[in-house]
Amino acid sequence: MAETHSLQDLQQPTVSSKVYVQRDYSSGTLSKFQTKFPSELESRLDKQQFEETIQTLNNLYAEAEKLGGKSYLEGCLACLTAYTIFLCMETHYEKVLKKIGRYIKDQNEKIYAPRGLLLTDPIERGLRVVEITIFEDRSIGSGR
Amino acid sequence: MMKNCEYQQIDPRALSVLPSSAQNHNEKKVQRPRRKWEVFPGKNRFFCDGRIIVARQSGILPLTLGLIVVTCGLFFAFDCPFLVKHLTVFIPVIGGVLFLFVVLSLLRTSFTDPGILPRATPDEAADIEKQIDTSGSSTYRPPPRTKEILINQQVVKLKYCFTCKTFRPPRTSHCSLCDNCVERFDHHCPWVGNCVGKRNYRFFYSFIISLSFLTSFIFGCVITHITLRTQAGKSIVQAIQESPASVVELVICFFSIWSILGLSGFHTYLIASNLTTNEDIKGSWSSKQGAEDSGNPYTYNSIITNCCATLCGPMSPSLIDRRGFLSDEAIPVVSASEIELPPFTAKNDSHMCTQSTKDVLERVVNSFDSHSLCPPGTPKTSPLSVEVSSATAPSAEASPLAGCSRQQDGQPVAASCPPFSRNSKRDSLHSINPAFRLASPSPSMTRATLILGDVPDLGFIPLP
Repeated sequence: MAETHSLQDLQQPTVSSKVYVQRDYSSGTLSKFQTKFPSELESRLDKQQFEETIQTLNNLYAEAEKLGGKSYLEGCLACLTAYTIFLCMETHYEKVLKKIGRYIKDQNEKIYAPRGLLLTDPIERGLRVVEITIFEDRSIGSGR
Repeated sequence: MMKNCEYQQIDPRALSVLPSSAQNHNEKKVQRPRRKWEVFPGKNRFFCDGRIIVARQSGILPLTLGLIVVTCGLFFAFDCPFLVKHLTVFIPVIGGVLFLFVVLSLLRTSFTDPGILPRATPDEAADIEKQIDTSGSSTYRPPPRTKEILINQQVVKLKYCFTCKTFRPPRTSHCSLCDNCVERFDHHCPWVGNCVGKRNYRFFYSFIISLSFLTSFIFGCVITHITLRTQAGKSIVQAIQESPASVVELVICFFSIWSILGLSGFHTYLIASNLTTNEDIKGSWSSKQGAEDSGNPYTYNSIITNCCATLCGPMSPSLIDRRGFLSDEAIPVVSASEIELPPFTAKNDSHMCTQSTKDVLERVVNSFDSHSLCPPGTPKTSPLSVEVSSATAPSAEASPLAGCSRQQDGQPVAASCPPFSRNSKRDSLHSINPAFRLASPSPSMTRATLILGDVPDLGFIPLP
């Protein structure tokens, strides 16, 4: 299939498949992803590493959605200013989302890209899934 | 671990070479980069380049605004001068503050994204389809699917949304007026011209509470005004003749107060028990069925915590990213249906270089994705056919990610899903989700769900 593709000359990776890690709703509507290791990644990734990534993501989302004094204060302050304060201030959630974006980028660079995988930030999928793209194993294909 | 060296590391720099190499095919297609709101599949309207979102029908929002402004205007013009003279200057001040609060809350409720869930990408939809066994079903209208999960030791059914092609998270409902799945869906409010959901519920609540105060305040002030006038020796009729506007205000306030106060009370109850209007009306958590108490699994069992969680909890950001620039995912999705079209035409996004590495990778990856999912044996197209197909497919580009159910003007758009479902047999993805349960056959649906069942050949299926 890839033989006639002219882009192959540039040694672009081809997508072999995508794996979706679904949400875990056992604690209600909190953003949490299942830590079950997908079988498609067995040949590429350690179960341990995968679980660690997902667990860290879950912890970060829990931090974003935590109900505590700080979030209540932010909510009350926003209410008093008729929510105009958000025009100048970033919400706590947004700050954590940026942190998550950096974490995913970091994970991709360090762990996933060397194995021919790519994590997609769940926020780009509406926090529904963690999309892991599996790239084709080039070395096994036709030698160039 | 031993296979590490066999994989080619993805090199973002090499990938960024791609768009320029494809530019020669794109001479005719240089267009400004579009934002995601322009191809949003739901029935919403956007203003200020995506900053403001409203439902398609603004309902009676103008009426609501008009009533509030007119009543307050009459109050300030006719009642306040008298009351300032006879009582205190604080009356218009309080009235002004309340009025401001009401209008700001109303506008905030109307123009905020209520918590719309973006629709599933075709790949996601295909993945979910694979995991659901639809063996033997050759109809385009399969029965609705549900998934049961445990939330806080209680069984909750998640329904599959045929429009958004995903299993709805708990407390999410699909609004038919806005054609979107909305998180923590409360209701669609015509007065406000928008759905009320997770992200704008607190604005809605502050709107109705402040409106209750405002109407009560105006009502009280007008009664005081007329009373003071009659006390000065005149009859009521005379007093009314001197200030006819007061009667108008009285009538408006009298009729609004009942409904607004009732609504405020109802929503206060809902907040205290952490319920939505939707759940309350459907009786989702009432224990009328069976011996077990099916209590609300989302409640914190404390009124204060429930209130704080709903009203002062963290504000989640909008998931639909209205102002983000359109990646090329939308275009290859449609071109996948026209098998000959290579993904090069999609590479007209001049913002490639400004995006993060991840986005660059992803964009390229998705363009390859559609390409790789073409049925085997299809000859790859030469650049010539690119010009032809690109000329005929400008409107196809407007098709959003949910290509299947989108109507194009006279242009038959084959659901991008048949190629996926066809090739799904080649994939080795296993089902990882718990067992699905097929419910009773669904009523007729307005959108053809072409992704389900076996599509014998990849013909173009014109949408109704």
